[in-house]
Amino acid sequence: MRRVYLDHSATTPVHPGVIEAMVDCMQNHFGNPSSVHSFGREAKKLLEEARANVAHLIGARPEEIIFTSGGTEADNLTIFGVARAMRKKGNHVITSATEHHAVLDACQALTKEGFEVTVLPVDETGMVRVEDVKAALKPETVLVTIMHANNEVGTINPIKEITQLVKAHGAIMHTDAVQTVGKIPVDVNDLGVDLMSLSSHKIYGPKGVGALYIRKGTKLFPLSHGGGQERKRRPGTENLPGIVGFGKAAEIMARELPEEMGRMGRLRQRLIEGLLAIPEVQLNGHPTERIPINVNVSIKYIEGESLLLMLDMKGIAASSGSACTSGSLDPSHVLLAMGICHEVAHGSLRLTLGRDNTEEDIEYVLDVLPQIVERLRAMSPLYANKEG
Amino acid sequence: MYTDKVMDHFMNPRNVGEIDNASGVGEVGNASCGDIMRIYLDVEDNIIKDVKFKTFGCGAAIATSSMATELIKGKTIDEALELTNKAVADALGGLPPQKMHCSNLAADALHKAIADYKAKQDAKK
Repeated sequence: MRRVYLDHSATTPVHPGVIEAMVDCMQNHFGNPSSVHSFGREAKKLLEEARANVAHLIGARPEEIIFTSGGTEADNLTIFGVARAMRKKGNHVITSATEHHAVLDACQALTKEGFEVTVLPVDETGMVRVEDVKAALKPETVLVTIMHANNEVGTINPIKEITQLVKAHGAIMHTDAVQTVGKIPVDVNDLGVDLMSLSSHKIYGPKGVGALYIRKGTKLFPLSHGGGQERKRRPGTENLPGIVGFGKAAEIMARELPEEMGRMGRLRQRLIEGLLAIPEVQLNGHPTERIPINVNVSIKYIEGESLLLMLDMKGIAASSGSACTSGSLDPSHVLLAMGICHEVAHGSLRLTLGRDNTEEDIEYVLDVLPQIVERLRAMSPLYANKEG
Repeated sequence: MYTDKVMDHFMNPRNVGEIDNASGVGEVGNASCGDIMRIYLDVEDNIIKDVKFKTFGCGAAIATSSMATELIKGKTIDEALELTNKAVADALGGLPPQKMHCSNLAADALHKAIADYKAKQDAKK
């Protein structure tokens, strides 16, 4: 049976070149980068090469990159680290309703420390409105954290415009760019942000490693203590094989991005056209301002988990914002924030493309999916009601 | 996540459909919580001669609907009333804990269909 992986926003397969670099690191460069001897110095050299590669991918300077255990830690380090460091200036933080839980839950936890958090709504495409950010800024605002692109619907937020407002106001601007780095050109100086979260396993690197870009001069308290690594902002012996893998992935993505972006965009367009040809299917997210790997649709009258299971039986891996796949009783907070009703949100399907996908994969999905939809709708009392 | 039996009933659901002029119809759930089950009964001489279902929901919801219909076909009304959601889950070899409450409603739908049947019978008297 053909196997088609279309869940690259969840994670990506590790690139063979990344595996090679990691194995070499573990076999031949096991030293502790903090050690002064030659073993340590060799490890340190690899660490700094990786840092330079990650920095290059986003137009940063190597000294502005610190490695973390992933995007979640980078988000948490930003939110707690900046808020606590800026506390004397103010106690107000702004975020948006469609952020990843790594941001939303961290902001919620901040309220227990006396911070006030404003959660901005989004429009029907999932985009944060610049005017809403402007209206929410207060003298007490110290941090604004808005994701670059949404992980579920792929909508790209106007970060550059938002950052200009935030910086003019004198607050710190962070963006979670886990879904955009390696997918579209991302430049920290063009965007103007002070902090940016990155994740390795979204760009064909290993899991459990990420990075935080911190613009020089940005105040931030560490979350943990006990060592001088990563400029004292993230103590602990570095996950060197993971970091080397991340660095290699960043190097490969920087090289492949221009061509891959165009190819992904073409595959995505074909997928969207094919899906919208099925009756009662709606595209979720922005029609044009979306990352090239993302397609998110709601297939009315059927439920997402059933759809995923049947696709899986045909070898197709996808994801859904259905409640049944999230462990909660509510469907995706992102789709609900966009004004999509529960019933339609339950039938959402997210297909996210990657470097190994081909036109044949897309045609296979478009061949299989309508049959599954028809089968599930034949079982659906909602569809029966609609048919009258 | 699911047992082979759940997957079998999900992929090959038994008794899908509707019954015209059903003796009783029961529906539980709502679209906002993600599961709706509707069960149709054809009852003759207090025996469930036929049963069909339509379900909007996850794999567990479809599998429990299918299994419940299998368990009660040919049973008397009183026997069918004894069916519990737990018995349906057990017959499927178990369900993940989070599915026990949100998606295992088939026995409730059946009980509603029986109540509807009894109400219709009373109305005829």
